[in-house]
Amino acid sequence: MFEHYLSLFLRAVFVENMALAFFLGMCTFLAISKKVETALGLGIAVVVVLTLTVPVNNFILHNFLDEGSLAWTGIAALEQVDLRFLGLMCYIGLIAAIVQILEMFLDRYVPALYNALGIFLPLITVNCAILGASLFMVERNYQFGESVVFGFGAGVGWALAIVLLAAIREKLKYSDVPEGLRGLGIVFIITGLMSLGFMSFAGVQL
Amino acid sequence: MAQLKTRDVLLGPVFANNPIALQILGICSALAITTQLSTTVTMCLAVMFVLTLSNFFVSLIRNIIPSNIRIIVQMTIITTLVIVVDQFLQAFAFQLSRELSVFVGLIITNCIVMGRAEAFAMQNPPLISAIDGLGNALGYSVVLLIVGFSRELFGSGSIFGVQVLPLVSEGGWYQPNGLMLLPPSAFFLIGGFIWILRSVRVEQVEKEPFEIVPNTRTSPAF
Repeated sequence: MFEHYLSLFLRAVFVENMALAFFLGMCTFLAISKKVETALGLGIAVVVVLTLTVPVNNFILHNFLDEGSLAWTGIAALEQVDLRFLGLMCYIGLIAAIVQILEMFLDRYVPALYNALGIFLPLITVNCAILGASLFMVERNYQFGESVVFGFGAGVGWALAIVLLAAIREKLKYSDVPEGLRGLGIVFIITGLMSLGFMSFAGVQL
Repeated sequence: MAQLKTRDVLLGPVFANNPIALQILGICSALAITTQLSTTVTMCLAVMFVLTLSNFFVSLIRNIIPSNIRIIVQMTIITTLVIVVDQFLQAFAFQLSRELSVFVGLIITNCIVMGRAEAFAMQNPPLISAIDGLGNALGYSVVLLIVGFSRELFGSGSIFGVQVLPLVSEGGWYQPNGLMLLPPSAFFLIGGFIWILRSVRVEQVEKEPFEIVPNTRTSPAF
């Protein structure tokens, strides 16, 4: 059991890295990776939000949306209902709500972390890595325990990738990049090279 | 407010102000689904549909949306349109919908859609907003189609699944470039695309945030 979770975690971090293998959360990934400090703050925020939203969406899916999952209500008419087409709407709504609640909670009880995360928390709602992880959870039929591990692993993988990219970009200031490639262009190519590096994990058997 | 020209609104985003190359919006899906032209075209059409209609509807009710809940209203409109696309694909093109997997759903968080609703549709009348949406979707499609075309042609020697370059494994002469089918190649292609675009239009080159002073010391550093 433990081994299963460990392999799922490692796969989510390295082999199926959200940013470098599935290109999720790319907009923020490219825009907010100029400094290691801010990248780390954003990375931590993503880990926290993913660890919360994936299990909650999993719970909603298995208890409200999936075919026949409303059987617990005991109402005969509801036992056959399949509400999966409402999935997208529920997931994105829940993600927005959880981010909002988390923001208020941190503001009240952990002001230091709240100030460190600043503007990144509300921005996370529209980060495709968050919705993407929930959709992958649906597609791969994860159980509740698996979804916790997968959410956490996906977050750690994304955070790792953005911190690495930020570290490279800090050094990049000293290099002589061709005129037209400066800024966004060279970042794309670096990300491509990083992605190539992460491809080497693909053959690892866990 | 100055009258916006329909033609500028439609064609501006294609090259002059390309959403992917210049505004860094909507990159996620641009990279993941471009290994084949068929999925690329489907994605382009889906984005075109969602972006045009979401801009239209947001603009239609822009004067009655209370400004503090506007994000959630925009989100609901966009999500509804995406659900329509998703259900349509599942019903009529199940195979394609399998291949696109989660990326249809991810149109919701595609920053182009949200960004245009917020930046353009909230301030402009419905018709011109719809055209702006279409224009941005075209700009997005141009980049996607170029990337998709090169990846499928060089990666598997075919276009739309039809073999154009005969493969070595089937007695032809073309040795496919396997890298093109892997994720990193999309980054390289878009990087190259931006490079070409910015060499042609020099004004788009990003300024360095600061200059590094050249070394003026005469004695050796060590």
